[in-house]
Amino acid sequence: MPKELWKGNEAIAEAAVRAGLEAYFGYPITPQTEILEYLSRRMPELGRAFVQAESELGAINMVYGAACTGVRVMSSSSSPGISLMMEGLSYIAGTEIPAVLVNVMRGGPGLGNIAPAQSDYNQAVRGGGHGDYPRIVLAPASVQEAIDLTTLSFDLAEKYRMITMIILDGSTGQMMEPAEMTALSEPKRKNFEWATNGAMNRERRILSSIYLNPLDEEKTNLRMLKNWKNVQANEVRYKEYFLEDAKYVIVGFGTAGRVALSAVREARAQGIKVGLLRPITVSPFPYEALDQLTSQAEAFLVAEMNMGQMLDDVLLTVRGRVPVEFYGRPGGVVPFHNEILDEIHRIATGPVTVQTDPRESWLTRMYGNLKIAVP
Amino acid sequence: MQKEIIIAGFGGQGVLFGGQVLAYAAMDNGLDVTWIPSYGPEMRGGTANCTVVIADHEIGSPLVKNPPLAIALNLPSFDKYEETLAKGGTLVVNKSMVDHAQRRNDIHTLFVPCSEIAEEIGDRKLLNMVAVGALLTSLPEIKVEDVEKALEGHLPARHKHLLPKNFEALKRGFEHAQKEWDKIPA
Amino acid sequence: MTTENLVYERPEAFTEMPTHYCPGCTHGVAHRLVAEVLDEMGIVDKTIGVAPVGCAVFAYNYFDTDFVEAPHGRAPAMATGVKRVLPDRVVFTYQGDGDLASIGMGEIVHAAARGENITVIFINNANYGMTGGQMAPTTLPGMKTSSSQSGRDVETQGYPIKVSEMLSTLEGVGYCARRSLHDPKNIRLAKKAIRTAFETQVRGLGFSMVELLSTCPTNWGMTPVNALKFVEERMIPAYPLGDYKISDAIKQIKV
Repeated sequence: MPKELWKGNEAIAEAAVRAGLEAYFGYPITPQTEILEYLSRRMPELGRAFVQAESELGAINMVYGAACTGVRVMSSSSSPGISLMMEGLSYIAGTEIPAVLVNVMRGGPGLGNIAPAQSDYNQAVRGGGHGDYPRIVLAPASVQEAIDLTTLSFDLAEKYRMITMIILDGSTGQMMEPAEMTALSEPKRKNFEWATNGAMNRERRILSSIYLNPLDEEKTNLRMLKNWKNVQANEVRYKEYFLEDAKYVIVGFGTAGRVALSAVREARAQGIKVGLLRPITVSPFPYEALDQLTSQAEAFLVAEMNMGQMLDDVLLTVRGRVPVEFYGRPGGVVPFHNEILDEIHRIATGPVTVQTDPRESWLTRMYGNLKIAVP
Repeated sequence: MQKEIIIAGFGGQGVLFGGQVLAYAAMDNGLDVTWIPSYGPEMRGGTANCTVVIADHEIGSPLVKNPPLAIALNLPSFDKYEETLAKGGTLVVNKSMVDHAQRRNDIHTLFVPCSEIAEEIGDRKLLNMVAVGALLTSLPEIKVEDVEKALEGHLPARHKHLLPKNFEALKRGFEHAQKEWDKIPA
Repeated sequence: MTTENLVYERPEAFTEMPTHYCPGCTHGVAHRLVAEVLDEMGIVDKTIGVAPVGCAVFAYNYFDTDFVEAPHGRAPAMATGVKRVLPDRVVFTYQGDGDLASIGMGEIVHAAARGENITVIFINNANYGMTGGQMAPTTLPGMKTSSSQSGRDVETQGYPIKVSEMLSTLEGVGYCARRSLHDPKNIRLAKKAIRTAFETQVRGLGFSMVELLSTCPTNWGMTPVNALKFVEERMIPAYPLGDYKISDAIKQIKV
């Protein structure tokens, strides 16, 4: 297929349609509303289900219902709406059924703003909903990657009977880039052995997240962890840039990752041996790739559009063997590449040391950069 | 090669579409490109802007602090982007909507009466195309014909009858800018 | 035993599992009526039930149909999800008053407004049964519960919500009726209403709901007989029985 200029949000919607999406349930919220609007027109046109729900709570539970029947189903929202969906998400996880959820993140907490942010990393990767459950989280950095990962998200969700979340910041949702779509095909219903779609000529089935006996719930939790180990072994994805001889390694996902790429290019042109590791699956996180880099790197720089959330995963991997520095822009601010370039210069001219919490020195630098008084 | 362009003006001046046309032309020329708008409440009546990055490699940041190229369709945009433009860069200014001369001498400022030219062509909405035409004098990677082809290829069918006037706007903008360049001492 | 003497038979739509409900509770009656209707309509194998959170959380253990278990109050949203992708199946929710009229008020109102082709069995027993008899949106003024210990004070705790009356104002509702389970005659009428509700769904005539006035002897602190009397004497005056919405097309249905 030839490349077309696609807006991130609409590209995700169309990619989902082409991946065989049979039902979409959503609620308007900036900056992801284009997904809802696009599908409100596209799904009925193809005779597929679309409902603008009364709330995100309604939407995620419609997803839950449709997911129980074994069809490909999705919802999308932005940070505050995703928070409201966390109840349903936990139930879907507990029922061990596949569903796809897109979070086009904005600045927070609370109502925050509608500017691009990566502040829901922890919510997506570490939990959000109650209970002990794993989930796959994909973090596209471009429109093409958003399309490819949308397609992948349905396959992964079904393969592992697991929630797959796609997290991107508002800028990727609003951005247009040339991208290639897969071909449109009729959804093929897979006759899953667990789907509650009417007990015709078979034993009836129950789908529930209730395990009243703690020993049963414990067994379920353990089964989920075992399943997660397979995900970790098989589904880690990341992209490496200029890492062969890198003395300094930046780690950044999504937009922060691509802003870092611009800084890396410029630093390379100045002769600084710096490279970039951009996680594509932030859950499962590329611990192994990062671990290997620890023997080569003199220092790491974690760049995020938050107060240091993925930073914890990096610290957990590096375990104090080399210094880890942090640079973040929270609150809906997208960093310019110059800022990350300044950080590269600072690290390359040293000295940098291993710190217990790299956020502390970053905070001091931030107050200086922003010229605001330290409270 | 990588170039960044910011287009800014009031909502309704065709800021976003002006950027999209450049993005289409860059894509059709086989280049990588990103187009990103400012979005949200500022869309409604206030100042709108978009950033277009074109490159022959995988594009990193879709935003840029100091662009080498910019179009300012109104006075607030002129004041804002004159300040942030990269040294040696080119700023196309809609002369019809500004009331003062340039302040910086280390950039090229091309004053083009975009609104007036558009009105002469018979459609005041075409000021964005006049400005894009003018900008192309500083963007050898995209030719006027490339933008024409992009308009032909990507304009919705219901707007196809507007093509000749769009072409004229591009051409008039380009020609006017060329004359402005002649005035700038080498 | 000959069929002439057969006075009770387990509906086909029931599993062999004995219910966990308290003695004198009318959940069992309501379950049985639904099961008999599914049997009589021959739709057991195409029905998908949605269980609530509340005393009926284990409803899925008793019905021999596919079942899913919803978060508290979300059954109408979940049923919407099932029905929209499987429009030829029969989907019903079974919800209590805390579930439907409090935490799930948004979901029920909007499912009704959209005219979702689902059937809702709504058990109104004027309290939260499973958590131990707290005040529900349907608790009568002055009625004592574990969270309105001096009796529901409408000044500070508000007035009961009349769900059938409220939903009947919505265009999407095809059939909406209130019945009581306090005596055999009313039970027969309740079954007829449940049948009409499922017929509404299979004919694609919109949202259908039957509200059933029910007992909760354990939490009400009454004997089963007194609980039935309480329904008749106190609940019915507050929640009058009747058809609150019945579209012309549904009036034609003979059950």
